[in-house]
Amino acid sequence: MTTVKSIVLQNGRLLDPVTGVDVKGDLWIEDGVIVPARETIPDDSLVFDVQNKWIVPGLIDMHVHLREPGEEYKETIKSGTMAAAAGGFTAVACMPNTIPVNDCASVTRFIIEKAAKEGSARVYPVGAISKGSKGTGLAEYGELKEAGAVAVTDDGLPVFDSQLMRRAMEYAGSHDLLVVSHSEEMSLSQNGSMNEGVVSTRLGLRGIPAAAEAIMVYREIALAELTGQRTHIAHVSTAAASDLIAQAKAKGIRVTAETTPHYFTLTEEAVADYNTSAKMNPPLRTEADRQAIREGLQNGTFDAIATDHAPHSVLEKELEFDQAAYGIIGLETSLALSLALVRDGVIDELRMVELMSSAPARILKVAGGTLAEGAVGDVTVIDPEKKFVFTKELILSKGKNSPFLDWELQGKAVLTVMGGRITHTEL
Amino acid sequence: METLSVEGEHKNVKNSYQFTHKHILGIEQLSVADIFHILDTAISFKEISNRPIKKVPTLKGKTIINFFFEPSTRTRLSFEIAAKRMSADTFNIAASTSSATKGETLIDTARNLQAMNPDIIIIRHGSSGAPGLLARHVGASIINAGDGTHEHPSQALLDMMTVREHKGNIEGLKVAIVGDIAHSRVAHSDILGFTKLGAEVRVAGPATFMVPGLDKLGAHVCGSVAEAVTDADVVMALRIQKERQDDPLIPSLREYSQFYGINHDLLQKYARPDALIMHPGPINRGVEMNPDVADGQGSVILEQVTNGVAVRMALLYLVMGQEGSRGES
Repeated sequence: MTTVKSIVLQNGRLLDPVTGVDVKGDLWIEDGVIVPARETIPDDSLVFDVQNKWIVPGLIDMHVHLREPGEEYKETIKSGTMAAAAGGFTAVACMPNTIPVNDCASVTRFIIEKAAKEGSARVYPVGAISKGSKGTGLAEYGELKEAGAVAVTDDGLPVFDSQLMRRAMEYAGSHDLLVVSHSEEMSLSQNGSMNEGVVSTRLGLRGIPAAAEAIMVYREIALAELTGQRTHIAHVSTAAASDLIAQAKAKGIRVTAETTPHYFTLTEEAVADYNTSAKMNPPLRTEADRQAIREGLQNGTFDAIATDHAPHSVLEKELEFDQAAYGIIGLETSLALSLALVRDGVIDELRMVELMSSAPARILKVAGGTLAEGAVGDVTVIDPEKKFVFTKELILSKGKNSPFLDWELQGKAVLTVMGGRITHTEL
Repeated sequence: METLSVEGEHKNVKNSYQFTHKHILGIEQLSVADIFHILDTAISFKEISNRPIKKVPTLKGKTIINFFFEPSTRTRLSFEIAAKRMSADTFNIAASTSSATKGETLIDTARNLQAMNPDIIIIRHGSSGAPGLLARHVGASIINAGDGTHEHPSQALLDMMTVREHKGNIEGLKVAIVGDIAHSRVAHSDILGFTKLGAEVRVAGPATFMVPGLDKLGAHVCGSVAEAVTDADVVMALRIQKERQDDPLIPSLREYSQFYGINHDLLQKYARPDALIMHPGPINRGVEMNPDVADGQGSVILEQVTNGVAVRMALLYLVMGQEGSRGES
């Protein structure tokens, strides 16, 4: 990792959804900030010729699990942000389901300090909605916000109590914190292992119906309308939930939503033969759902692509399918899978950057997401043609639980710059 | 073009056929030829159980572990008798279902068993797919004796054997299965097996006992028991689990027996007069099946148990690749 006074990227394709720019050109970063090009390049500059590559605002993953504190054998802030940088991300928002739960300022400060010391990406802690994410009583949002939290969620678990969710939205609004919903009606999902349907019947696994997501998404929308507060729906997996979100947006309700690469790439068929690296919650759905998710990315129903990066060790995954943990890693495959959407004509290049950088920055109200002069020097250089086989050996995350293992992928971040510091390079 | 029946096809390929399965994980992986071969082998072994000395040396020196994570009396005993009649050395392990509570994972346990070099591990487990997981991590042959709500292949094979003995041919038969199809690995394997052999499988029960995709497995989902049983050649009732706290599937056993129980009047009215009555056992008498039916004309429930030993002998023999050494006695 190198920190220099200035970095000059030459002859790239500049893509900035915020300004609508899509031109060939150079980008200058000086003292960690994007600056206008000068007449001459200073002596201590790092200069890269990025011909045929894209220069985009640093990617932001608004939904990851870094497992620290408490489960460092699965991932640490250090290893997780290294994986992020390799995947082209300059910032991640980390979920609070650590041990202890990030429900107070001291845990939030620990994460921020650790990230500043050891991190290869900006880390934005997300605090808990309820104390200990136990579903009763609000966590201290004022202190969380002051310590640096950007949002609150009980992710991993839904908020079962509707009154608590209402109060969370209202109180979070007073502190200008975003509420993020893990939308799951647990009396319906019943600890199911995969999507309820033909494949779950064939494999004899307890299924999670799409309705378990849709019911809770509808509740969050109703509460967002009632409270008038901004609410973000995490990891949407179904056509039904996508429809509800589109309707809510049409009515002007302040709701945003993210989906993940696995929901727009895979279906329940990936579970076949009990592959625990295809087990996550919400589960992989049907082809019709996958198509609806892709449509939602195209038509603006979804604001962001996030990964729900959830590293686990073999201890949680080399088990009977119904006993294995939910979750897959995603930081190092997200970009390539999203680029496939561009190649498939589902979205264009600017829209992809919007979904992976500008929108997350706007929703979380954090720096970045643009190449405008004066913006923070978080930049990703993408080689859209570069092919690689995603092998276990390549993975920087401590978790190797990916359904995309040994896939040949196309498109790679070849240079990641965070605040003027090079966090990843293949140039 | 000449069209062959399933049985005809079976006879045509018989000469060049070879059984190549190392594991028996489910009916899903078995071809029609495999199934007929297992059934033919089972029939040839059945006679051993009627001898005064019920033992052949076929699997002498082979080590077979019965690895049961769920309570079972008849399946475990059936496998054990089958193994002993083939002169194998058998060992029984009963384990707690949850590997987490034992502090040892299934794979760890399996590797430990493998270190003692068994030839066959027969596994029953509460988690669907557990036998396949075992098969990927040990060198022994794995036989699935029931995994979660997935498959129970030896049960389906003994059902097919029993029906074939009585009806001669399975193709074209109407087989009705009544009960909790969703949670029954027996139903799952029977649907796959009987439809592979060309039977029409109908399933019936309240909608709470159904899951999506049964039609994709090959079953015809009926709106009523009467519809399922109409002109049926085989009527099978499944055991109703009495204890299920987390999921309200039926209001009461009383109501269930009234609307979905197999009784004499129902059979008289709708089924073929020569219909076979089957049950994988153990029966809740008066709930899913009335005693007069279970003990009455057409009931082959105890024959199922007898055939279970023969089918399991055949499976043990075939996964050991002992083809050619048969007939030693």
